[in-house]
Parts: sequence; structure tokens; C-alpha cells
Amino acid sequence: MNLFLFAAQLLNGLLDGFYYLLIALGLSLIFSLGGIVNLAHGAFYALGAYLAFLLTPYLGFFPVLVIVPLLVAGLGMVTERLLFTRFYKADPLYSLLLTFGLAMVIEQALRWYFGASPQAYSMPSVLTGQVFLGDFVYSRYRLFQIAVAIAVVAAVWVLLNRTAFGRIVRAGIQNPDILGAMGISLRPYLSAVAGIGIGLAGLAGVLMAPIYPVHPAMGAEILTAAFVVVVIGGLGSFWGVVVAALLVGLVKGFMIAIGQSAMSMAAIYLLMFVVLLLRPRGLMGERILRFE
Amino acid sequence: MLHRRRLLAATTALTLGAALLPLGAFAQDDGPIRIGHLTPRTGFLGPLGEYAVMAADLAVEEINAAGGVNGRMIEIIKEDSVNPQTASTKAERMIERDEVVAIVGEISSASALTISQVADRAQRPFINTGANSDTLRGSDCKRYMFHVETQNAMYVNAEGQYLQNEGLVDGKNWYLLTADYAFGHDLLNAAKAFLDRSNGNIAGDDLVPTDATDFSSYLLKVREAKPDVVVSNLAGTQITSFLKQYTEFGLDAPVGGFGFDTASAWAAGGENFKGTWPTVWTHQVDTERSQAFVKAFTDKYGKPPENQAFGDYTAMYILKQAIEAVGTDGEALVGYLENPENTFDVMKSRPAYFNPKNHQLMQEVYTITALPPGEQQNQWDIFTTSAPVPAPDQPLETLIEAAVGGECSFGG
Repeated sequence: MNLFLFAAQLLNGLLDGFYYLLIALGLSLIFSLGGIVNLAHGAFYALGAYLAFLLTPYLGFFPVLVIVPLLVAGLGMVTERLLFTRFYKADPLYSLLLTFGLAMVIEQALRWYFGASPQAYSMPSVLTGQVFLGDFVYSRYRLFQIAVAIAVVAAVWVLLNRTAFGRIVRAGIQNPDILGAMGISLRPYLSAVAGIGIGLAGLAGVLMAPIYPVHPAMGAEILTAAFVVVVIGGLGSFWGVVVAALLVGLVKGFMIAIGQSAMSMAAIYLLMFVVLLLRPRGLMGERILRFE
Repeated sequence: MLHRRRLLAATTALTLGAALLPLGAFAQDDGPIRIGHLTPRTGFLGPLGEYAVMAADLAVEEINAAGGVNGRMIEIIKEDSVNPQTASTKAERMIERDEVVAIVGEISSASALTISQVADRAQRPFINTGANSDTLRGSDCKRYMFHVETQNAMYVNAEGQYLQNEGLVDGKNWYLLTADYAFGHDLLNAAKAFLDRSNGNIAGDDLVPTDATDFSSYLLKVREAKPDVVVSNLAGTQITSFLKQYTEFGLDAPVGGFGFDTASAWAAGGENFKGTWPTVWTHQVDTERSQAFVKAFTDKYGKPPENQAFGDYTAMYILKQAIEAVGTDGEALVGYLENPENTFDVMKSRPAYFNPKNHQLMQEVYTITALPPGEQQNQWDIFTTSAPVPAPDQPLETLIEAAVGGECSFGG
């Protein structure tokens, strides 16, 4: 095996991890704060891609990259207000059923309106072409995509760790009852976090539309892998999700590099299995009393 | 008084019921002929399944509007086959509960196998409209299974002939990307057998999980291997992912494939679609019947039919012709269909017939070639369709030379 190619594959795997990161981060945030396992998260990702498909001819790619995530975030907040609020106190099984149903409603609505066939969506011409770094050739679009992802993830980190907003969200994750006793209502924070999390999924949808097929089931395709990332990373931990997403990309790239591509998806689940055996709370999962 | 009136009413009701009873018994022969339609409508083959359903609906609508089959209407019962296990359960339910005379459909080779087992046991014909695996025509063949979809070997021979004419086989290096399930494995075997007998080499060869959407790792390997040709044995939305990212990574080796659906080309879009691919039919096939079908389909659904639509539309008409000739009995239908003297108009330049040895519909196929973006007329005509393969002076049998699926014995 060519050592250079091997290194290129590992690097590509790391970059591929960002694909999972945007989805998994939102999933983890919503679960950590509200205890809702959002099975509709993938459907919002698909919605983002379809909205990009609809709006790009009128607005162009770059405005869409800003507007669509905001639209999807708005939809996420409405969903939180109308649906999630009723289930925060209920048995988690109910919210699981709710979001599973919601995922099916969104996917079927897309299928009904647009048809099951993938929609043709091409990348903006300024971002086509390749970048040559010595012998390493990479897609210019993907570098842009990763830059956007890093910027957004950094912004979320700052929001959570350097602002008053973030302080309350983090406290709410650890102990919502004490927060309530101190006279702080979590409700607006729950809405905001749902908006941010679901908006991230919408952003991922826009970013992926130029390179993956835009079709109604695209959300279901990514959701399982995103859950694996959340489980590996551990609940309540920002860096856990980041590390897990990169690790998943890395393991996948490694398997393909050594010629075991058929096992590349299976290896991700094996990784989860091993992590759960050794660290049941995930790599960096914090001890959260109400989830124990 | 009241008592008697009630008694009278009860008796009337009873006699009425009795009078209706024989009607119910007779209804079997005047009532609709039920046909089951079973195909994947979700998952990575779902986009193709949607075309299958639209085409089957259109065929039934046309047949019924023209007076049905021997005066009886066709009623179509449609289900999503989902996966091999569900497909088998649903096929059983269609036969037992809905009493369908035949099952039409399927795209996944794995599901087609389980449906054929149910159909064979119940002695109801199953007409496969989208599964390509050679083993379904070889060691896994069934007496009650017929194939309107062409088999892998036919595509390999058609595409192989094209690549040979282009000088891309003899002494050249191929990189193969293969969908990791029954269809892909089967196609990979056929492709390797073709390379073996045509003196081509393999530069690289990867199995791709069916749920993989990202091809970047594979494309880096392809670039490193510097093949003369990149050949796809992928399926469904995978082909779209591959084409989009092949352009994204700027690879320039000629692309081709042995399995293809025009929907994948349309989904990839004009600037991403490239290469030459084999297909059973396209909306550009220039015969009167084909163009009438394209017009009817486009009028009804607002877009042209893709090749999966051809399969289900044609299967419905083949079934209609067979039922008109010999009725709905399963055994009689098999006898009629497998007789090579009985030919079918499949909207191509010559009629088709079923090969009695393995029930493959012997028909012409085509190759399509991507047009450069500047020459594309619209979002559908982003490729051109070749003349029928094989050439008019060659027998259809040349297409099934060197099939690799084993011997078919119909379980005998």
C-alpha cells in the first residue's frame, strides 16, 4: 500500500466526518436538554436540501446557504412549540413515536409533492474544480463545505461556552429542577436549542445537496450514522460529538483504504459496540443524573 | 301484528340474501381480474419503483378503457415490497387473500428471489420487471417466474461490445465499483468473465455498501490507480452519487457501467452525467408504439417515462395478451408464455419472446451516451440512444452468450 495514498485516505476520512458532525451535534443538543430523541432530524436535513433545490433558481446558492437554515430553524422552533413541549415530561417512548411519525409525514410529503426521483441539483460554478496540495487532490467544494462547517461548529461552541445563554443551557442539561428553583424558565431555551439543532440539520441539507442525490429518503440514510456518532461521543458533551464524528469518518476511510470497503459501514457499528462496552456513557459523556 | 310484520321483513331479507348468493358465486368470472403489483417504493430503489407504479397504472387504465381483458376489468393491487422478507409476506397475502392471478414488478434481485419462491409454490406467474441478476435466470430460476427486465449478461454484452469498439477493453485497465448485494455481485462476476475472455485487466475493484452516499474515498483510490476505464456496477441512487462526485473530483477516465437507469442520469443532471451505459429501453426509442407510450405517459404525469416504466408497462400488456389467449389458470399461462412461438410487441423494432430454457424475454437492448452540456436540448434529453443491439442481421441470442448465473433446471 502506498503510504501517501493511505495518509490521503485518512485525511479524507476526517473531512468526511464533518458530514456527520452537523447532523449529530443538533441531535445531541436537543436530546441533552429536552430528553427528546428526535427521529425527525434526518427529515429536516432532507427539507433543507429540498428548500435549497426550490429556492436556488431564484436566489442563487450563497443566499440560500444563509436563508434556508434559518427557515428550517424556524420550522424546528414551531415544531418544538406545537409538539415537543407536550412530551418533555412524558415517557421518552412517546416522543420517540411522535418524532418517528413526524419523520414519516415529512418524507412522504416530499415524495408526494416532488416525487420519489432524486432532483438534479448542481454546485455553484465558482466552487467547482479541484485544489492541488502537492500530490493530494481535493474537491474545492468540499474544502468550502468543511470551512463552513468548522465556522458554524465554532460559533455553536462560543454560544454554549462563552455566553449567558450557553450557561443556562448547560445548567439545564445538568439539572433543570435546580434551574427552575432559581426562577429561570427553560421554555425559551428549549425552543432556541431545538431551532439551533434543527437549523444545523437544514444547513447540512443545503451543503450536501450539490454532491449527494436530493431525494425524499435522504434523511433516513444519514440518521442511523448520526445516532451512532451521538452514542459514541456521549451525551452532554460538545467535544465528544466532535471527536466521535471525526472518528467515524476516520474508521470508514481506513476500511476503504485497506480494501475492506464492504465492511466500511459495519465498522462504524463495531466501533460503537466497543465504545459502549468500555465506556457505557460514550467517549466523553458526562454523568447526567436524570438519564442514568 | 307487529310480530308478523317483523317476521315478514325477516323472511324477505332471508330470501333476498338467498337470491343474491348465487350472484356472488358467479361474480368470480365477470368480476375484475386481480393482478398484484409489488415493487420497492422506499429506500435506494424507491425512485425507480415510483416509475414502475406509474407505468403499471397507466397500462391498466388503457386496457380497461379499451374494454378490459375478454370483457373483464383489471384490478391492480399495489404494495411496497420493502425488503426480501416483507416482499415474500406481501406476495403470499396477495395470492391467498386477494386471489391475484399473477404478480408483476420488483427491482431488487434479492426480493425477486423470495417472491418467485412464493409464486412457484402457489403456481401463480410472477413477471419480474426490474431485477437483473443472472442467477435468477440460472441456478435460482423458477418455472413460474418470467423476466421482462433484461439480465446482467445482456447488458454486459451490449456495453462490452460498445467498449470494445472504442478500443477500451483489449489490454486496458479497468476500475470496478460494485454495489454490495446480490445484483452487484452477480454483475461483477459477469464483468470479470467478460474481461477474462476479452483480454482486459483489473486495476482495482471495490464493493460499495448500498447505504453509502460518499464516494470520495473510492475516487481517491481510482485516481491513484490511473485506470483506462471506470466501470460502475452500482444501483439506484448510488449511480447518481457516483456521477455527481466523479465530476466533483475532476476525474477524466471514460466512465461506463453495466447496470443503469435513466432516472440516475436525470438525477445527476446534465453537467454531471457522462459515459456510455446499457439500457433496456429509453424514451428516445424511435418506434410508433414507444412514442405513443411516451406521449401517454408524459400527458398523464408531466415527465417522460424512464426505463423502469417500460418494464412494468410492457409486463401488463404481455399478461393481457396471455390471459386473453388462455384464461387465468396459472399452469395455462406458463404454457402460453414460455412457448417461443408466441411473440409479444414490446414497442421495439422486432417482436420479443420468452426463452423457454430460463423464461428470459429475448428482446433488443440499447446503449445511451451522454451529450456534452452544450448539445443538450432539455433536462431529459441529456443523452442519445443507440440503434438496437444486436444489429438487425444478428439473432437476439447473441446477447445471452456467456451468462454466468449457472444452469436453469426449473427445480427438475
